[in-house]
Amino acid sequence: MNAPEKPLKTRFDTVGKPRRRVDGRAKTIGQQRFADDLALPRMLHAKLARSPHAHAAIESVDVSRAQAHRGVHLVLTGADFPIPYGIMPVSQDEYPLARERVRFVGDPVAAVIAVDEQTAAEALDLIEVKYRPLPTIASPEEGLAKPEPRIHDYGEQGNIHRNQAYEFGDVEEALARSDHVFEDLFFYEGNTHLPLEQQASLASIEGDGKLLLQTSTQNPHYLHRQLGRVLQMPTAHIRVMAIANGGGFGGKCDPGNHEFVVSKAALVLGRPVKICLTREEVFYQHRGRHPVLMKFRTGVTKDGRLTAMHLQTLLDGGAYGSHGPASTFYTGVLTPVSYELPRFKFEACRVFTNKPACGPKRGHGTPQPRFGQEVQLDKIAHALGLDPAEMRLKMLTKPDSLTASWLRIGSTGLGECIEKAVEMSGWKARRGKLGPGRGLGLACSAYMCGAGVSIYWNKLPHSAVQLLLDRSGQVTVYCGATEIGQGSDDVLAGLTAEALGIDPVSVRVVTGDTGITPIDLGSYSSRVTIMMGNAALQAAARVRDLLANAAAEALDTLPDRIAFSQERVFAVEDAAKSMSFVEAVAAAEAKFGTIASVGSYAPPKPPGKFKGAGVGPSPAYSFTACVLETEVDPATGWVTVPKIWIAHDIGRALNPVLARGQVIGSVYMGLGEALMEEQAFRRLPPKLSSALVHRNPSMLDYKSLTHMDMPEVEVALIEDPDPNCPYGAKEAGQGPLLPVMPALANAIHDAVGVRIDEVPITPDKVLAALAKKAKGEVPRVGPERFPAVPYPEPTFVLPPWEGGDGNELKGRKAA
Amino acid sequence: MMRMPWFRWHAPKSVAEAATILADEGPQAMLIAGGTDLVPNMKRRHQEPAALVALRGLGELKRIANGAGLTLGAGLTLAEVVESRSVRENYRALYHAAAQVATPQLRNMGTLGGNVCLDTRCTYYNQSYEWRKAIDFCMKKDGETCWVATASKRCVAVSSTDTAPALIALGAKVRLVSAEGTRELDLADLYANDGMEYLTRRPDEILTEIALPAASGWKSAYWKLRRRGSFDFPVLGVAAAVRAAPDGTVEDARIVLGAVASRPILTKAGELLAGKRLTDEVIEEVAAKVASRAKPMDNTDLEIYWRKEVVPAFVGYALREARGDDMRATRMRIARQAL
Ligand SMILES: Cc1cc2nc3c(=O)[nH]c(=O)nc-3n(C[C@H](O)[C@H](O)[C@H](O)COP(=O)(O)OP(=O)(O)OC[C@H]3O[C@@H](n4cnc5c(N)ncnc54)[C@H](O)[C@@H]3O)c2cc1C
Ligand code: SF4
Repeated sequence: MNAPEKPLKTRFDTVGKPRRRVDGRAKTIGQQRFADDLALPRMLHAKLARSPHAHAAIESVDVSRAQAHRGVHLVLTGADFPIPYGIMPVSQDEYPLARERVRFVGDPVAAVIAVDEQTAAEALDLIEVKYRPLPTIASPEEGLAKPEPRIHDYGEQGNIHRNQAYEFGDVEEALARSDHVFEDLFFYEGNTHLPLEQQASLASIEGDGKLLLQTSTQNPHYLHRQLGRVLQMPTAHIRVMAIANGGGFGGKCDPGNHEFVVSKAALVLGRPVKICLTREEVFYQHRGRHPVLMKFRTGVTKDGRLTAMHLQTLLDGGAYGSHGPASTFYTGVLTPVSYELPRFKFEACRVFTNKPACGPKRGHGTPQPRFGQEVQLDKIAHALGLDPAEMRLKMLTKPDSLTASWLRIGSTGLGECIEKAVEMSGWKARRGKLGPGRGLGLACSAYMCGAGVSIYWNKLPHSAVQLLLDRSGQVTVYCGATEIGQGSDDVLAGLTAEALGIDPVSVRVVTGDTGITPIDLGSYSSRVTIMMGNAALQAAARVRDLLANAAAEALDTLPDRIAFSQERVFAVEDAAKSMSFVEAVAAAEAKFGTIASVGSYAPPKPPGKFKGAGVGPSPAYSFTACVLETEVDPATGWVTVPKIWIAHDIGRALNPVLARGQVIGSVYMGLGEALMEEQAFRRLPPKLSSALVHRNPSMLDYKSLTHMDMPEVEVALIEDPDPNCPYGAKEAGQGPLLPVMPALANAIHDAVGVRIDEVPITPDKVLAALAKKAKGEVPRVGPERFPAVPYPEPTFVLPPWEGGDGNELKGRKAA
Repeated sequence: MMRMPWFRWHAPKSVAEAATILADEGPQAMLIAGGTDLVPNMKRRHQEPAALVALRGLGELKRIANGAGLTLGAGLTLAEVVESRSVRENYRALYHAAAQVATPQLRNMGTLGGNVCLDTRCTYYNQSYEWRKAIDFCMKKDGETCWVATASKRCVAVSSTDTAPALIALGAKVRLVSAEGTRELDLADLYANDGMEYLTRRPDEILTEIALPAASGWKSAYWKLRRRGSFDFPVLGVAAAVRAAPDGTVEDARIVLGAVASRPILTKAGELLAGKRLTDEVIEEVAAKVASRAKPMDNTDLEIYWRKEVVPAFVGYALREARGDDMRATRMRIARQAL
């Protein structure tokens, strides 16, 4: 819709220079106020009563004793919230407080609002809920086997929430023609985001009678819409301020029960109401990585080129829809982006279970199949006697090409990434030669720079920016984008500054406030730099035109001969003809009146036209290659990772300090998932109990890396500017996580010759695989079977090179 | 955040006063030192003492005395223990153990006495009140069944103190003071193999000091198995102390296992090793025998069978270090720090 600024600028004042981020000071000295730091006069505190049952019908709720407890102002139950919500229009299946049914241990059923947290907590115990326990479902396999009782009365059938199938070209035919077909099963355990900041929200009524919700959310805009719906209020009477998040990683994308509860309570009581979830409650809010079982059948030629792939996935969705419909797509749609794949079939099924809902976590749905894909490629390379790096280099997707599934690849630096990672790690000289128990593994990945389609269907911009300048030289930039620690405020300041030739610290950034800032869809799908950035550049270009016009008049030159740099505005051919930026703003204000502008951005239309083609397309894709070194102790299976080399195709690093931070942070999170993170559940002996509980809902027991466990990481940023992106900058926040898990699995194979086809890779699994190897059995630990899933008939689409036009081919394949 | 239940607070000025308060308050009162174990437990309603008697202000409990051996006050923080030169030089096992407890912040608060008296742990027990309610509680608190061993008549929660195995291997004795008097006992005898009644200490007794015998001739080491290089409780601790003649013949030895039962396990390694040299073969043989004493249960982090399988390897590390091998590379891989 809005073409980014062209031609691409090549000389920069700010872009590409390592800088301290604009919000760095407040965050390092502890000045940053997070939602839990907020307090208002007469503020009350809320606590949620949660279900002790994994699955039960609610027979009655008696709140009279709680209500009578000294210091209690209000008790809310499901009866107060008749309208359901859900982040996706197709899964409006949650209530702020459960009405008839609880679906997992931790599902909120009632809320107490009291004078302080202690009192609210005491009153929780006085709420009497009568439950009728129902049989529970602990896994997708069990959900498939037991269609009754249904956890929800909507969905595909029984306990299947989503079920889908796509086929791009006749895959069976291509597999039959392949020199080899490799069939592998993989399992990726669920895990959670573990942001340091626990969700907190403060609702209040502003002076004008409108509702204000200050909250740790990544998506104030979607929350805003859902609040209007659930509270039955015009959204213009609601203001959501996303307070700087202390980490999000996808965990604060869904609207949270607590956000509706405090909003409603503030409206009822006319007083500010606050909540801060405990760490345990954050584990129940979850929306993290789906556990996914995967089956890959991949055809290759004898020289190691892919011919076709049939991918099947089975997702454990947990108790609610959340982003599930999108997550289900994402367990397949990005698979064809990195390597040429002539034909592709993809079937996916998401099943409801009685556990906290899964949703989007950094990489949303794609780390699981990426793990399988990259480990399988490693197996193929070994079977064919090829160097895994060389094999990949020979089949990279080409720039400006389409995949079999009709995704448009724009720029790609994957080849350079592989070469760089290979070079940095000494791959060629060191692989296979590190001595007993030591090995190197390589893996790659691709990720999108923003989802091409919004979560609810509309034709509106995805991001909008407003700029306001005044005669003092102050530049204020407004955008609904949300700073969740990733550095989006800095990107906004940096891009605006670059475009106007001023210092980033001269820019005042106002973000994430639906009452003031123009709409941005939120901090998810690595969309912010690209979409907000393009909108910002458009807005900046518009004010720059005004400034150039006024300055040209004063400096006696033409507007298109005016340049902006280092807080000055001057004539390109004669730098002596110049004025300060402040003077230029004043001149423009004198000539045109108040100087302001807006910019907005919507991604290009996706090339695919079949139903479902909306998930996967993106203005650009980022690429990453990673080499990981490991040491495995053959006596214990103990795994050590001394070093990781990673090259990320970022298009352009706007602020290399931030970019490297995102890459290293991704490696940190990816390695945690690879080695230990597990959102695991425990079912008590069924004869004695129906309990189905989270095993480890605490920071101590849910294992993620401490800094002592973090290896040295060497980062290379590959800069090949993408024309769709602001100054060419692609994403860095999610993609670099993806190759870490398969790189570990591949490195372990290089080290000790065993395959661990599931994540996390714990020492007991490595030792078990080593024991099998010693006994001459298949040296592998991983899933053994894939259940019969009633996938639907696939939507059949011909790949671009087989004469397709991007539409579904009804009546299926040619004979 | 999670809130504590209500309690009365006493801040005595001396051990004697603390003992009197304890006697007056009766078993409803508890001692609090650094609070790093007790406070989280109170938040989760494992312990709901009517009164807390704070030991933090008591200088008497902070003494370190070098004499024939080393006497350590129970109120020393773990950070102080780690920084003590005689601990570092002469009682390596204690140094290794204390340095690997929890995190730096917790070692700044947590005390040696609190570590020795640490509550036993279990993945069904170290959970919030609401979580435990969802499983209908368990025998150790508020419930009937032991979910780890449903037929068991006793709780099998795990002794998770790092310093106790090291101290026992080093031959520690403890002093207990109450309003009625003072008694001394071997630290090993402070423990009972019962997840609920894990200490033989009476509720009115204060542990005031830990006495270590002279270290001359002894070499010791402690190896800890846990998932990460910080933060985590042990799921296996192996402390080894060996006294050998100049020719390498072992004269006396103790190997103590931690985190594989409700109490630290003092093994028969002394008898097995006496008169032998610590050759690789001897170490392997002893490690296998010692390991058979480890009976891990499925109530800690990491897979239960694997935890049992790796016991010999860890006993081996400890004995090799006590023999004088350079174990730095292995230590770096396991502990993720040099020590
Ligand atoms: C996240 C986390 C990780 C941890 N990791 C480890 C670990 O790796 N290894 C480990 O060993 N511990 C660990 N701990 C437990 C704890 O921090 C330490 O054991 C610490 O040394 C306890 O000392 P304290 O002074 O804080 O004890 P407190 O909490 O004050 O007391 C603990 C218990 O001892 C009793 N007590 C304290 N002092 C005396 C005394 N003088 N006489 C009689 N009774 C007394 C108290 O009544 C209480 O029952 C961890 C704790 C946390 C929260
Ligand atoms: S061992 Fe059994 S009784 Fe003891 S804490 Fe664990 S579950 Fe409870």
